[in-house]
Amino acid sequence: MEQVPLSHVLILSSCLFFLGIYGFFSRRNMITMLMSIELILNSININFIAFNKYLYPHQLEGVFFTLFIITVAAAEVSLAIAIIINLYRKFNTIDVEDTNTMKF
Amino acid sequence: MSTYDIAALLILLLPILSFAGLSFLGKRITPCTAGIVGTTVLFVAAGLALFTAYGYFFQFGEVAGAYAHHTSLEINWLQFNENLSINLSIILDPISVMMLVVITVISAMVHLYSFKYMHGEERFATYYAYLALFTFSMLGLVVSGNLFQMYIFWELVGVSSFLLIGFYFTKPSAIAAAKKAFIVTRFADLGFLLGILMLSYGAETLDFFVLIERLTQPDSVYLASFTATSFMGLSALSWGLLLVFTGGAGKSAMFPLHIWLPDAMEGPTPVSALIHAATMVVAGVYLVARLFPVFAISAPDALAIVGYIGVFTALFAAVIACTQTDIKRVLAYSTISQIAFMMFALGVAGWGEEKAEGFTASMFHLFTHAFFKALLFLGAGAVIHAVHSNEMKDMGGLRKSMPITHITFLIACLAIAGVPLLSGFFSKEAILNAAYHGNPMIFYVALLTSGLTAFYMFRLYFRIFWYKADEHGHHNHEKGMWAMNLPLIILAIGAAFTGYIPFGDFVSADGKPFELPFHLTFSIAPVLAGVIGIGIAWMMYSKQNSNPDKVSASFGRFYNWAYHKFYIDEIYLFVTKKVLFNLVGRPAAWFDKNVVDGMINGYASITSTTSEAIKGMQSGRLQTYTLFFLGGVLVVAILLIVNFI
Amino acid sequence: MNVLSILILIPLITALVLLMVRKELHMKLIALFGSIAQLGYSVWLTNYYINFRKAGDTAEMLFQTSLGWFKPLNIYFSTGVDGISLTMILLTAMVVVAGILVSWKIQHQVKEFFFLIVLLSLGAYGFFISTDLFMMFFFLELAVIPKYLLIGIWGSGKKEYSAMKLALMLMAGSALVFLGIAALYFASGIYGGQYTWNIHELTQINFPMSVQVPIYLLIFTGFGVFTAMFPFHTWAPDGHSSAPTAASMFLAGISMKLGGYGALRVATYLLPNAAQEWSWIFIILASIAIIYGAFATMMQKDLKYMNAYSSVSHCGFVILGIAMLTKTAFMGAVMQMVSHGIMTALFFAAIGMIYDRAHTRQANELGGMLKQMPFIGTAFIIAGLTSLGLPGFSGFVSEMTVFVGSWERTGIFYRVATILACASIVVTAVYILRSVGFAIWGTITNKEYETLKDATWNEKAAAVLLIAGIVFIGVLPFWVVNLISNDTITIFNKFISVAVAN
Repeated sequence: MEQVPLSHVLILSSCLFFLGIYGFFSRRNMITMLMSIELILNSININFIAFNKYLYPHQLEGVFFTLFIITVAAAEVSLAIAIIINLYRKFNTIDVEDTNTMKF
Repeated sequence: MSTYDIAALLILLLPILSFAGLSFLGKRITPCTAGIVGTTVLFVAAGLALFTAYGYFFQFGEVAGAYAHHTSLEINWLQFNENLSINLSIILDPISVMMLVVITVISAMVHLYSFKYMHGEERFATYYAYLALFTFSMLGLVVSGNLFQMYIFWELVGVSSFLLIGFYFTKPSAIAAAKKAFIVTRFADLGFLLGILMLSYGAETLDFFVLIERLTQPDSVYLASFTATSFMGLSALSWGLLLVFTGGAGKSAMFPLHIWLPDAMEGPTPVSALIHAATMVVAGVYLVARLFPVFAISAPDALAIVGYIGVFTALFAAVIACTQTDIKRVLAYSTISQIAFMMFALGVAGWGEEKAEGFTASMFHLFTHAFFKALLFLGAGAVIHAVHSNEMKDMGGLRKSMPITHITFLIACLAIAGVPLLSGFFSKEAILNAAYHGNPMIFYVALLTSGLTAFYMFRLYFRIFWYKADEHGHHNHEKGMWAMNLPLIILAIGAAFTGYIPFGDFVSADGKPFELPFHLTFSIAPVLAGVIGIGIAWMMYSKQNSNPDKVSASFGRFYNWAYHKFYIDEIYLFVTKKVLFNLVGRPAAWFDKNVVDGMINGYASITSTTSEAIKGMQSGRLQTYTLFFLGGVLVVAILLIVNFI
Repeated sequence: MNVLSILILIPLITALVLLMVRKELHMKLIALFGSIAQLGYSVWLTNYYINFRKAGDTAEMLFQTSLGWFKPLNIYFSTGVDGISLTMILLTAMVVVAGILVSWKIQHQVKEFFFLIVLLSLGAYGFFISTDLFMMFFFLELAVIPKYLLIGIWGSGKKEYSAMKLALMLMAGSALVFLGIAALYFASGIYGGQYTWNIHELTQINFPMSVQVPIYLLIFTGFGVFTAMFPFHTWAPDGHSSAPTAASMFLAGISMKLGGYGALRVATYLLPNAAQEWSWIFIILASIAIIYGAFATMMQKDLKYMNAYSSVSHCGFVILGIAMLTKTAFMGAVMQMVSHGIMTALFFAAIGMIYDRAHTRQANELGGMLKQMPFIGTAFIIAGLTSLGLPGFSGFVSEMTVFVGSWERTGIFYRVATILACASIVVTAVYILRSVGFAIWGTITNKEYETLKDATWNEKAAAVLLIAGIVFIGVLPFWVVNLISNDTITIFNKFISVAVAN
């Protein structure tokens, strides 16, 4: 069976990555921004898996890293949601533009 | 240790123990107990001192026909380096033994006298503690066998003097006087310290006797290298000795460092008698006498300077004494003048049997002066106690109400005036004789001064005890005052008869007994000067009249100058208050506050200005931050791509 | 267990226990007992040390140990003491006990206060026993941070400003020190073949002059900031005047000594060639500090400012002694450190007691304190007399040793510096007597002062402890000299061997 070439996978992950970047910059809603970050992380996960599979099929580092990132991402999301909820309680909004008191 | 060594040690230990006991337990015991303890201790010490003196002069002191120094105790106290160390020691030699006797006896008298004089004082025990501290320090000073040990006790007597002058610490004038006394003598001590450093560096020892040996032997390498360098015509050794002498001049109130002594009269009168008349103020003379061989053999030029300063001070102080109206100040200037006599007596002396006569004469005068001057002060204290004033104008005609004080005071005045058969006559005669042989110019000035001495002392005497009828009624002021009268009587006996001690037999520069020359024909001039002085005083002050005003008016401006002590105090005030404070202190404080600290604050403000300027970057917008981040990543990526592909 | 680690363990345990208790009295008692235990241990240790020396142990330092702390960078927790560090440890222990005693009435945040004090002392002890430069630096920093908090939280006046200024200046000083010791570490790899922070190994290495000079200047200046060397002294007046009493005592009594010890042990000992060539800079700065500090003191009205400036002047003697490079001067510098530490702690304690009662420190507003509070007044006078170098108290022996040691250096430059230093004794007398005359003697100027009470038991205990120290050194100086003279000679011998090598 012919394999999907590596470049396809990489193109997919790049698309995901830039989608994430775009989302991160263009959205003002923090939840959406968080989702964009998840996209970025997942694109990286795909990269890891792909490289592992195509370049070093006998090693498992890529897989480990992916698991690691997923864990971290989960932790990060829980923290971020907590922060966002707190911000909402304080400002009554989750628009990132309105919560700019952390300056100077 | 022999019995005498233990006695010598006890002489020092007793006062310090008394000090410690009285200052720690002062509040627990009654004033009466404190006084009794303090006085008893001093009487015991005086007894021990006499015992030690007997032992030294008649038992063990004489070695091969000369009195040698005897080390009773030596403790290595502080080792600076291989050569230099402070060894605390008790040295017995003729002058130190003599001083032991003088200090303990006078101190015992003063302790006893104070018992009544300070009666009712709130800090009675403290007073006795300070007296004991002073006595200890002074004793330590005279038994020093080490230059630095002397400096240690030198400072200690200074501080006990400071504490005692400032004993009435709620009086602003007493505070000022105490500060002045300490600071002026401290300034002089700076000279002493530098002198010690120079001498110790040159002789590589701090021990007096080793130092003297190394700096007097003609073939000594130390002496050769020390005198090799010179500055402004004086050798390094002379400079070192002169610096040491500066310290002595400060303590002994030589011109121009004399200004503290008259003000020191703010202290209680017994203190003035002990510290500022009989003992501490002669420390300078004692110091020069200690180093006398070095002065006389290796640095005669320095010794000559000592002589000139001494004789100038003698005249200068005597002139001022003639014009003062505060009786304690008259006595203070008289003290300055008399100490100056001792000083120039050393100054005119040289090395050798006959030439060193001035040394013995000086020590002799120190000895006799202690008695009659302490007596004068204690007598003045009794007068002040009775009339509650220091000013002459409040006194007069007191001879009836205070007979004992009157007689003893008269004896002291006669003694200091140099009237024959009393102690002052013999010692002053010896000094004048030495001056006559040593330096005739000094002799003539000294002759004039001794005339002045007689005049101002009898001015004081007539003014207190004659002049006018007693305004204070005729009741006896001396009833129940045995504690004050007994010391007066004892000291009067001393003032009358100490002159008959064959002093030359015991004290001489090289330790060998020698006969003080005594020529009847020579004494005519000094005695005449004294009698003239007394006569003038009698004419002017025996009865209330207008002569004094006329005389003082005829001196015009000179009288005014002398009355204002030649404005020396004002000059000092100008230098310290105006020059030091305004031109040095204030600029230093200003510089520190504005320049040095300004620099530090400047750094801080630069930092904060910079941060103020760039803080706008911190906008608080998450997406802006990320954009910057992304931009950074892209730049790095591009750089990597350009460089590595 | 090494005998020296106990010196660190006692404060550490005290601090931990302190965190656990709830009642204020218990906290105070724990801090007090901890510090007393430390003092007792230090005394025992000194005795132990002396016995070893008497038995003929001639090692440069005793009780040496070494524990790997961060081996990749060759950082070891290595310890060892000699007479110099022991005297410093004794000084610290004494000042800490006194400081805790005078802070008995502290009102708010008692736990934090005593915790920080114990932490500060921990830093000082660690600094004095370390023989590893990195660990020394570590403990040096440990001693800085608590000061910032102590002043900032419990201080008075413009405390935030002072705390910040002090912390920043000391940090800058330790940054210089760190640069220096890091450079030394890398140089040791290049010139000695092996990277090391250890003092004993570093002294074996002959660094070339071009390496020594910049490192010497960096380290000496850095430690100089701690010792309030001119012109880096301005943290001292502001810091002292805003600090609570105990913190002032620690600042002047301990913190300044960290600098002096470092300048001697690190800068001078490890880099003798540079010291020989370049110590003149510090002689000039010290002379300026001595005389100019004394004159600046004369103009101060606030008693704490006065004592802070006088500390600048007195610490000038320490620097002068170290920079003169003779063994007597080294000895004098060490003695001056101890003497000044105790004396200034007593001074600040007395000033603090007066301030607590009269609520002012202006000399001209006070007056008659001796009449109202004989004990405190006497303590003040004793501190003053020590400061102006009265024999019988510690100030005299130490200053004289510095003077004699400085005079050993021949040459007109050194002589002039010594004479200037000597001249300060007069100015010192002026300002001390002025303050005594104004504040302690005289009549009571303010009606309110007539109700003031004399010292309480804790204050008396603190003052008596410090006075005992002053008198002990002043009356029995040979005890201290015996303890330290061998070690100053060790340091001095470096210079002889350098001179021979050249």
